[in-house]
Amino acid sequence: MATETRRILMDPLIHNNPIALQVLGICSALAVTTGMQTSVVMSAAVVAVIALSNLSVSLLRNMIPTNIRIIVQLTIIASLVIVTDQILKAYVYEISKQLSVFVGLIITNCIIMGRAEAFAMQNPPLKSLIDGIGNGMGYAAILLVVGAAREVFGAGTFWGIPVLPLASEGGWFTPNGLMSLSPGAFFVIGFLIWILRTFRPEQNEAE
Amino acid sequence: MSAFFVTTARYILAFAGAVCLVCAVMVSGSAVALRDLQAANAEQERQRNVLFAAGLADPEEELTDADMAERFAAVRAVVVDLETGAELPEVDPASVDPLVEAGITDSSRAVPENLARVRRVERRSVVYLVEPGGELDVVVLPVRGQGLWSVLYGYLALEADLDTVRGLTFYEHKETPGLGGEVDNPNWKALWPGRRVFGTAGEPIIEVARAAAGPVAEDPHRVDGLAGATMTSRGVTNLLRFWLAENGFGPFLERLRGEAAG
Repeated sequence: MATETRRILMDPLIHNNPIALQVLGICSALAVTTGMQTSVVMSAAVVAVIALSNLSVSLLRNMIPTNIRIIVQLTIIASLVIVTDQILKAYVYEISKQLSVFVGLIITNCIIMGRAEAFAMQNPPLKSLIDGIGNGMGYAAILLVVGAAREVFGAGTFWGIPVLPLASEGGWFTPNGLMSLSPGAFFVIGFLIWILRTFRPEQNEAE
Repeated sequence: MSAFFVTTARYILAFAGAVCLVCAVMVSGSAVALRDLQAANAEQERQRNVLFAAGLADPEEELTDADMAERFAAVRAVVVDLETGAELPEVDPASVDPLVEAGITDSSRAVPENLARVRRVERRSVVYLVEPGGELDVVVLPVRGQGLWSVLYGYLALEADLDTVRGLTFYEHKETPGLGGEVDNPNWKALWPGRRVFGTAGEPIIEVARAAAGPVAEDPHRVDGLAGATMTSRGVTNLLRFWLAENGFGPFLERLRGEAAG
């Protein structure tokens, strides 16, 4: 059991990463990763929502009528997302403003419904909770790496603190404007997937 | 899967009803419980932005609640009748929420179609004056207008000549982060001070350019556009021109000018 728990938790980090391998949830990964702070808050929000949605769907799994299960899952996820959004607005107002609509759009994040339908509907609550946390962390890992890369190369800062001296302020570093824009995230995610698949060739799709 | 439950139509309806009820309670419960905190955040944010626009605080510095209160004490909120431009000294500014009043038929008026896509304008608004020693130094005007996805809400601060920009800041919008959302970017906002909003005939000609604008001295009426955000840039131009003209704060600025002259 211990090894299985570990597998459920750790697998989505590298082995079966929802963004890098399954290529899900790309939309928000592109939009909110302009800096570390937004990435961290967005990651926390997604981990919370996916863990709780997996847990609630799993608790109800034997009661949910099969023909309305998707609507029920969606209702649960949507409610969790709204509550999360309210909490962010109350406690981290500044960052919640930067995340703007993308917190609300967690509802449409395919990872969350994917795990509810594929895992939580068939597995007991504890396992589902762990699976939710694991997949949330897999999403978070990519978000944090992309956020770090984009903030360092796009703005020369990390967590708002200057790390590369900007040319405009007498240093040597000219920020890469592309990194601050959404397409920059495509490149970073692309590179990440490339690196991951170089070291784990089994992740390549069959020709 | 539903071995223990017979999935009759009645069961399905009851189950759906129960899920909706629980979710509704959860959502409305959190909204009600957190409302005060959110409102306090929004109010603080408003005061901070008035201070930023007026150049009385720097977005980079950490301000405690006490600092904020102290600096905001230098600012006088004034209720203004937008149609006549007159001050309404008998009205308590705290009792007026122009954005709420703009949405109510009795306390607002319809305005002709405009590029800022403002449909109704409140009859009275709240402006902020900074008057060290009784002399007008800065006037801060609330502005709003359509960007790409959303209405942008912000403050425009003008110097005592009622032409030169002291600062411009937006406190609420839902523009794309990284593109139109860059209206929040301090580097972009730093391009505004010193620009001039009115042309020689007194009409607002301030413009967010399609590309780079020149330095303040050579190109006083234009500001660099936001890369990748043409619609948001255009929106900023339109909303500033709207609020500086006759349906916005035109009459009020006219009255202030008259007072300064006479």
